[in-house]
Order: sequence, then C-alpha cells, then structure tokens
Amino acid sequence: MRPDQKSANKIASLLLFFCLMWNMPAYPKDTLVIGVTQFPNNFNPLINSMMAKSYILAFARKRMTLYDENWNLVCVLCDMLPSIQNGMAVFGKKSYGNDGVSVTFRLDKRAVWGDGTPITTKDVLFTWKVGKHKLTGVSDYEIFRRISNIEILDSHSFIMHLDQQTCDFANLDNFQLLPAHIEAKNFSIPAEYRNRSAYETETTNPGLWFGPYVVNKVVPGSHVIFEQNKFWWGRKPHFKRITVLAIENTASITANLLAGGIDMIAGEIGLTIDQALAFQQRYGERFEFLYKPSLIYEHIDFNFDNPILKDRRVRQALLYSVDRNAISSQLFKGHQPVAHSNINPLDASYNQDVKKYAFNPQKARKLLDEAGWSTNKDGLRYNHKGEALRFELMTTSGDKTRELIQQVLQSQWRHVGVGVRIKNQPPRVYFGNTINQRRFKSLAMYAWLSAPNSLPRSQLHSAMIPSKTNGWSGQNFPGFTDPRMDKMLDEAEKKCEQPAQRKLRKRLQQLYAEELPALPLYFRATSHIIPKWLNGIEPTGHQYSTANWVEHWGVKE
Amino acid sequence: MLNFVVCRVFESAVVVLIVSFVIYCLIGFMPGDPIDLMIASNPELTSEDSSRLKKLYGLDQPLVSRYWNWAQSALYGDFGYSRVYAQPVMDILWPRMGNTVLLMGLSLFFALAIAIPIGIFAAIRPNTKTDYLINLLCFAGISIPPFWLALLVIIFFSVTLSWFPAGGMETVGKGDLWDRISYMVLPLIVLTLHTAGGLTRFMRANMRQTLRQDYIRTARAKGANTYKVTLNHAFRNSMLPIITMIGISLGGVFSGALITETMFSWLGVGKTIFDAILGNDFNLALVGLLFATLMTLTGSFIADICQIAMDPRVSFASQDEK
Repeated sequence: MRPDQKSANKIASLLLFFCLMWNMPAYPKDTLVIGVTQFPNNFNPLINSMMAKSYILAFARKRMTLYDENWNLVCVLCDMLPSIQNGMAVFGKKSYGNDGVSVTFRLDKRAVWGDGTPITTKDVLFTWKVGKHKLTGVSDYEIFRRISNIEILDSHSFIMHLDQQTCDFANLDNFQLLPAHIEAKNFSIPAEYRNRSAYETETTNPGLWFGPYVVNKVVPGSHVIFEQNKFWWGRKPHFKRITVLAIENTASITANLLAGGIDMIAGEIGLTIDQALAFQQRYGERFEFLYKPSLIYEHIDFNFDNPILKDRRVRQALLYSVDRNAISSQLFKGHQPVAHSNINPLDASYNQDVKKYAFNPQKARKLLDEAGWSTNKDGLRYNHKGEALRFELMTTSGDKTRELIQQVLQSQWRHVGVGVRIKNQPPRVYFGNTINQRRFKSLAMYAWLSAPNSLPRSQLHSAMIPSKTNGWSGQNFPGFTDPRMDKMLDEAEKKCEQPAQRKLRKRLQQLYAEELPALPLYFRATSHIIPKWLNGIEPTGHQYSTANWVEHWGVKE
Repeated sequence: MLNFVVCRVFESAVVVLIVSFVIYCLIGFMPGDPIDLMIASNPELTSEDSSRLKKLYGLDQPLVSRYWNWAQSALYGDFGYSRVYAQPVMDILWPRMGNTVLLMGLSLFFALAIAIPIGIFAAIRPNTKTDYLINLLCFAGISIPPFWLALLVIIFFSVTLSWFPAGGMETVGKGDLWDRISYMVLPLIVLTLHTAGGLTRFMRANMRQTLRQDYIRTARAKGANTYKVTLNHAFRNSMLPIITMIGISLGGVFSGALITETMFSWLGVGKTIFDAILGNDFNLALVGLLFATLMTLTGSFIADICQIAMDPRVSFASQDEK
C-alpha cells in the first residue's frame, strides 16, 4: 500500500467514524425523553384532574392506593390494604345515625418528602382540611365529602370515618397527600390557595414530591424535567433524568420520534390507535408497539325519550345488524376488542356469560318486523302509521375514527331498513350542551372512562338522569329507568362480601346486555410506542398510567 | 401634531374598550362551560359541586358584571390569574410574547429582506422569464398551507437530513445560543416563505405603479439611468404602502402564528391565546388579544408617522382632517 493510499484510508476511516458518531443518539441511555400530546394546566394534585397531569405527576408522587397492572387494588403509601377480613375496616352506625365505615390506614414509615421531611398523619389531616374546604376548588370532591372525621392514632396511623357504607372504602386514590410543612402557610386564605399553592409558585421545590423522581424544571406548555429523588425509599430508578415533552400536533410528535428528539410516545396521552397503526405500518421495525385494551368504553347511547327506542326489540335489532367484529379487525387490527357490556373483560367482575349479539341481519329484520316496522319502501322500514324508521346519530366532529364508524353503521343499518342521519358537533358543544343536557334526539356515540371495579351507578341509576331541576348532574344520559337495575345498584354498594358482590355485578351486566341502555361498541386501546432498548413498561389499561411504575423501567441488556 | 396624537390615543382607547367587551362576551357566549364539561365527564361530581366551582371561578355572575369587575381591576394593572395555568396572566404571557416577537419579528425582517429587492427586481423586468419565475414562487409561498410546508421541512431537514431539531425551543439541558438558533431555523423558514410571497407581490405591484408615474418619465427624460430612477425616485414612493402594511402586521408579530407554533411546539402567544379561548380562560385570552389589538393600533400609528416623514404631501394637518 502506497503512503498516500494509507493516508486516504485513514481519512476515509475518520470520516466514517464521524458519520457514525453523527447518527448516534446525542444522549446516553440513562436519560429518557417522553413525548406527550398534552401539557397539564397546573401541578397541584387536588385541583383539576386531567390525564396529562395524572401521567406527569406519577413520576414524582405516589398515591395512597392504586390499581396495579393486574387490576388489583394495592397499597402504595400505606403498609396494608384495609379490609373487613383483616379487621381494619368496620361497618357500623355513626353517632349521628348514618350508616358508615371506619377504616384504619397505616402510612409506610419509610415514606419521606423530597426534602427529607417524613410523611406523617399531619399531612393527612392537612390534606383533608384543604380537600373539604369549599373554596379550595377541588374537583374530585367525593372522597372529602364522604369523610366525616379522621382520628389520629399516632404519627403514622389514622382511622378514617366515612359516613357512607360503600365497598370501595379502601380506595384512597383521590386523597392525594399534600406537604403540610410547605403548603400550610399557602392555605391561610383558602380562596386563594389554588393560585398561591407551592405546586404553582415553586414547582421545583423537592419537598412537594415523594416519588422516584422530583421535578427539576418546568417550562409551562413545553416540558417537565425530572431528576432522581435522593430521598426515595423504594427501588432505585434506572434513568437519571426523565424529560416529558409536550408536542400537541401528532404529525410533529411522530417526526420528533423519527428524528430522535424524543425516545417514546406515551400511550396514555399520545397517538390514537389509527395513528399508531399507520405509524407502525411504516416504521414498525424501528420501535416496539404495545397495545392494551383499556377501560375506555366506546358506545352509543339511546335516548329513551324517543318512543321508537323505548322498544327493546328495536335496540336489540340495531345491535344485531352491526358487524362489530369486522369493525374491530378491519379498522383496529383486532387491538380494540368488541364490548359485550359496559364492563371490560379484564375487570374482575366481568361476566362472560352475558347475552352476546353476534352479527345477524336476519334476526335484526325479524325483530324489527315484530316491533311493527314491517313495511319496506325505498330501502326504509315504516310502521302502520306510515312513520319511517330513521334516527339521528351524533358524535364529536373531527374525530376521524368515530366518523368512520358512523359511516359503517349507517351503511349496515341501511341494509336492514334503518335510516340514519349523521349530525356531528365540536366536542365542546357536544359534551357541554348536547350530551349532558340530553339534547340528542336518538343516538349519541362517545366513550366512558371508568375505574376497575367501579359501579356504574351514575350512568344507570334512574336517580341519576340529568335534568334542569338537579342542575344537570348525573350521567344517565339515555334516561334509562329500570327498577331492577336501581335495586341491584343500591345493593351492590353495600354488599361487600365477595360472593354476594360478584353475583350482583354479574346480574347487573346480564340486565345491561338484555335491556341495552346503550349499544356497546368496543373498548379503546392505548398505543405505546417505545424504543426497542427500553423495558419494564407495562401498560395497565386503566386510569393509573404506566408512569406509576417508573422505577421498574430500564434498559435491555 | 399634539391634536393628532391626542386624537389617536383617544380613538385607540375607545377601540380597546369596545374590543375587550366584544371578546369577553364572545368567550362568555361560547357553548360548553368548562365546569359543565367537568361535570359531564366525572361521575363523582354533583350539581352542588357544579355550583360550588362556578361560584369559586365567578362563573355564576352575569357576564356584564364579570366584565365590569375585570375592567376595573385591569385599569389598576391587575389582569388577574389565568384559570388554566393558575398563574398571574402576565407571568404566562411575557415569556411567550418574547418568543413570539423573536420568531415573528425575525420572520418579518427576513421576509422584507427577500421581498423588497426581489419585488423591485421583478418590477423593473416585467413579463420576462425572471418575472414569471418570481411570480410562480410567490404564488407557491402564498398558497402552500403553513402546516403542510412545516411538515415538509420537518421531514426533509429533520427526519431525513437530521440537520435541525423537529420541534421545541432548546435541547433539554443544553440551551446555548447556537442550540436555540438551531431550533428556530425551521419555523423561521416556514414563516418567512409564507410571508415573503405576499410581500414580494405587493412590492412588485407598487413599484410597477410608481414606475408608470409622470415624474419617473421626466427623470428618465432628464437622462437618469434605471438604477438611479429606481432607487432615488421610485423606491421611496413605492415603500409608502409597504410601511402601512408593516404597521398593520405589527399586531400579528405580537399575536403569533398558531399553526406554525403548534407544528414546531414553539411556546408562543398564538397557541396560548387559542388554548385560553378553548379553556374559557377569560383573563389570559382577553389580555393576549387586547395586546395584539393595541400593537396593531400602535403599528398603524407609527406607520402614519413614517408616512408623514417620508411623503411631503402628507402632514399632521391632513391627518387631522381625515
């Protein structure tokens, strides 16, 4: 080899080295950048609840209890989950006459705030004081309303007296602890607390946090940087720094992922399933895709004020004439399973024996004939009065998936002689006026997000039908009334012993599937796009995000 | 001159007052109050919660009295708290305004730097191949939607070439000057190209019109060359409408570019105002929009002053007569 050739080779090698270096990620694998499509409005865990806040705060806070990835309620900040069996929960009559339950909680003695101050019952009392105050602006007020008293036993044990006998007494997920040593002074004027809270004025104060990470930097609307919490008492997290970057535009967030600006897209507040599937089709080999059916129950509410829809046969015929399996497999590659009732198959109370409505247009036609819609003219069915079987189907405008499903439904219902007029509205108008004031004429498509083991009282009890007189509260938007359902819901709230409770819940689902207060479509899936080198992310499918287990995340060997 | 200034200040104050009331009412009349939305989505909330929260946020008051309370506090410089961000309105707006002014100001500067010479160049060579090519590029700049142009530049410069970051404002943990500049390049390209097209066409049309004037013919008859005629005689006069246009555009510099800011995750005023309107954040939306209005009025005022300075036919007296 000639000397000039040697030099040329050296230069070529150097160039190759620089090219390789250029393409390498600019950060080591002890940091992680997560892309999300929403940024939380504020950081106080008690004020306002939104998915983005719940996801982001989970890196730096722990809840008292939460549902794990197997949908079991577990203690996180306490050392034992109270139950009637272990004697930590006792049903009884309160001194003022109401039925109630007294629940003993013991805080984990290792738990400390990010500045080293121990988490004690002082924080529990302070949180209760803030939560129950009407001027604080707490949105999830229910838990604070139910607590009639908190009895302090010692610095780490307390008895919570609830003035209502319900079976979810051990679930303290919305009782989110506040640091009394920092926040007490900010609560001196309760009406101003939401603005004066240290969570808004000094968000990076480590004393506010007690998760595996503490908030190190916040650029509102842009990103939050988390650094490891040196006082964290649990398993040491792998990543030294985690950045959560908000990129609202989906095209932009995927471009950032491809360009290496972010490492992963969070499933909880990231891409919708159709966007994730389209992305997977093009770049499937570069990332790992995790899909998990969730508790987001997509369905169509029937308005029971509509006399045609009062007839159960019509409701059942509408369901028989929809090929939901085809919708799930064609549009969602089977990742969003068909819903047979309002309860997800992953839920412990799921009843797999409920009536199932397989695609059967013949049966649908027969049911419609029986219901009096037997005259066919121009592809539409008519009754003896000459009225056409036609409905108005509403949903949120701009939601491509829902709009696509509307078209499928319109076409499939047309085949059995049911006419559909599509009328969509922007989400704000749809949820703000039309749904919550029951202004839809016949059919309204949207989704419910529930918690594991939750009782659908608000959606199915006849006392929960929104009206002007009750200030439009309650979520029984269809206006469904069935004394059997009311009775079961009332009983299920109080019968906490397992065989009885499970039996009631199974009967409840059976009645739901028979009576069809709503037309079940499918359970939405969350789509997580993660780098191939990352492990430990276990999508949960419920409202507690993967970030609650961030200390288990790591890098593959 | 004093009369002119006093009149303009008075006019501006009236416009700001009317605009503030109209914006407040428009946001207030939007269907779907945030509390109602919260009630509809959370099974735990009751009608008592609804009234408690509405009272807390003052949403139970009639719109006019809410506006009156706001206007009184605003007069004393208290613009209140943002309901969405739980922070003082100005704490939210100031940093974003800086980002927006930087991005929009620079894009306007670059757009003018491109549009003025190219517009003049096209005007002095009308109906030539060069003129046609410039027109074609201008129409492309005007008609390509910014979100599509943004996607194209992201895919090309960021995903394919890896030259510039796809979005954001700085690399987390870095953030030096060069780093920040690298984040600004792509949004700047999109905004500049979008603005430059229209400005070039405007400049070309003005220059063409000026070059047809009698005094230009006289200058040519006196033996002045094209260079001298264009720069000494035509340029100054053809700039007058451009100055007015820049003055009016000043409001835009402060109100941001919603689509570009969203596509590049640029923390600017446009996106903030948009989110504030959607979230019924009266204080934030109002102050943001009012500031943009005020800047448009100020820009138009400065444009008038510049016109008086540049055009001897226009004087404060003639402005007063208007």
